[in-house]
Amino acid sequence: MIRAHVLICGGTGCTSSGSKAIQDAFAQQIEANGLAEEIKIVQTGCFGLCALGPVVIVYPDGTFYSRVTEDDVKEIVSEHLLKGRVVEHLVYKDAGEATVDVENLSLNDTAFYRSQKRVALRNCGVINPENIEEYIAMDGYQALGKVLTEMTPDEVIKEILDSGLRGRGGGGFPTGKKWELARNLVPDADQKYVACNADEGDPGAFMDRSVLEGDPHALIEAMAIAGYAIGANKGFVYVRAEYPIAVHRLNIAIKQAREYGLLGKDIFGTGFDFDMEIRLGAGAFVCGEETALMTSIEGKRGEPRPRPPFPAAKGLFGKPTVLNNVETYANIPQIILKGADWFASMGTEKSKGTKVFALGGKIKNTGLVEVPMGTTLRQIIEEIGGGIPNGKKFKAAQTGGPSGGCIPAHLIDTPIDYDNLLAIGSMMGSGGLIVMDEDSCMVDIAKFFLEFTVDESCGKCTPCRVGTKRLLEMLDKITKGQATMEDLDKMEELCHYIKKNALCGLGQTAPNPVLSTLRYFRDEYEAHIIDKKCPAGVCKDLLTYQIIKDKCFGCGMCAKACPAGAITKTDYVAPGKKLPAYEIDPDKCVKCGACMGTCKFKAIIKG
Amino acid sequence: MKSLAELAAIRDKMKDKVVLREGTGDIRVVVGMATCGIAAGARPVLNAFVEAINDADLSSKVTVTQTGCIGICQYEPVVEIYEADKEKVTYVKMTPEKAAEVVEKHLKGGKVVTDYIMNK
Repeated sequence: MIRAHVLICGGTGCTSSGSKAIQDAFAQQIEANGLAEEIKIVQTGCFGLCALGPVVIVYPDGTFYSRVTEDDVKEIVSEHLLKGRVVEHLVYKDAGEATVDVENLSLNDTAFYRSQKRVALRNCGVINPENIEEYIAMDGYQALGKVLTEMTPDEVIKEILDSGLRGRGGGGFPTGKKWELARNLVPDADQKYVACNADEGDPGAFMDRSVLEGDPHALIEAMAIAGYAIGANKGFVYVRAEYPIAVHRLNIAIKQAREYGLLGKDIFGTGFDFDMEIRLGAGAFVCGEETALMTSIEGKRGEPRPRPPFPAAKGLFGKPTVLNNVETYANIPQIILKGADWFASMGTEKSKGTKVFALGGKIKNTGLVEVPMGTTLRQIIEEIGGGIPNGKKFKAAQTGGPSGGCIPAHLIDTPIDYDNLLAIGSMMGSGGLIVMDEDSCMVDIAKFFLEFTVDESCGKCTPCRVGTKRLLEMLDKITKGQATMEDLDKMEELCHYIKKNALCGLGQTAPNPVLSTLRYFRDEYEAHIIDKKCPAGVCKDLLTYQIIKDKCFGCGMCAKACPAGAITKTDYVAPGKKLPAYEIDPDKCVKCGACMGTCKFKAIIKG
Repeated sequence: MKSLAELAAIRDKMKDKVVLREGTGDIRVVVGMATCGIAAGARPVLNAFVEAINDADLSSKVTVTQTGCIGICQYEPVVEIYEADKEKVTYVKMTPEKAAEVVEKHLKGGKVVTDYIMNK
């Protein structure tokens, strides 16, 4: 008889920090202690707190162990599982808390989880994604059963429309509307398709991967529901090949769904047929754009085409197609089961429900969080994210990846939803949220995203292929201190030109990182151009390292650390010091910063 | 899957297996499992509780957990039962047989088995 479950995260984050070895160690220790009959080990998807991986949760108590090593396993088994004593020093503590509240060990009580509302991620980290029966135990496939036996396709579409669900891939188009168009636009279509965009290409975004890894059946169920609603019996999931664990689990899930008759012919004896297959993408960013994605599924080179015709009229193989993102689909079964009103009760007026964000950058709790729409950036960063490490100041948050923009510190209390983000010059995007502190240079950030788009531009249209390249060159000039104010104006003009003329979403949004940093951090651009300084001290060409001679004790540590031999002894002995001071030869200095790290007296400055 | 009934059957069968992960139930049965408890036979008591609670279909309401030494080692195995808004009940010198009885009478029937409590 099983009395406790040990849940071990098998998401990509924890897998790379060694959760597989931990799982093996648990199996071995549990066996050695004769507990195999009482304790069950469950491999799950992502819990969300990737920064603290590998994470392990022990139920029924819900004790949350973080950064577990193989050596810790023995202690957890012999103390906690055998004797019931929580291993306190391994339990997760909220940022800043020194001790653990032994009475309150549950995960849901931590600041990281307390303000979260898990809808799309509800099963991630709770069930074993490779076991369809665990999904069924969590009311899985009930929504599909309800739809097929109790609702007409029009009723399904109405429910989704009423819920106010909007596309979670970034655009925010109403999902119900999309389905309605795909159902009605071409009434006599002989074939329709349901497709899923799991190509998640934004740097820093990994929510779709986590759903695929942690709850793949939710996607399968939702796609079957979409198939019923629009009249399609075939689905395609386009997922990037760089997500091996996600692909593996989705394959298992599809196979199990077929075995249980939840995919295939005559599902629930209702005469409804639906099946699906996976298409692997080679990791081109442009293939996340809907027309390019469908072209790629068809086996052709993944390039976008002009719209209209929209996919709802002419999509995959020229047939009406509904294409949604993974997170959008993950919400569908819940909406069907709990009703549109329940879903619409969360969020803001025009953005309903919750949104998953991938927190990254200068933040303590790197990981995945799901919050109701309308939560402020401050809540996400300070409360859930645990704030900025090392006592640094928050400078900006980047949302929407290479298509989005930066939100500056003075807008930190903006409630996050689709429309508010657009109004302040950023966008929701797929939900990547990169936090930057005072050490981040905004010009450098814009340059980073432009480098990405230049790399990923497919080359079909000139504004994007040539325009982004020129834009990057201008940014490069600025970071090297070679630009003039005239260049800045030209750059802005080019941004608008690319936005208006590029063929697809990738090109049209590529200048956004530049435009939004120009809007809020123009002074930083000007500092690079006029003063030839990088205020954050990032752009190497504008940096100089200096030793303040009067502070130098002459210990020589910096000279030893310098890889370029740029630091030498001088004749000058500062008042009160015994040894001669050192100095840096600016011509030899490679600006690596190694000297600064070694100086105990803070005598080295950069600027 | 040919019918909703089939799906419901799988769900009901599996529900008991995942209910552990849904947080603590209304009632908590805490078994003392320090060295003293284990030496006195707390392991079989713990397992007897888990089994009897499952057999009585109470797993969604009752959570069985362990704790360390309660401090009354001569009375081990000690089992404490916590229920919201009620006074804690402490059973002492437990055995698997007594455990089954407590599940039947106390957890299911709502009547404390006074024979086994500490301050009888």
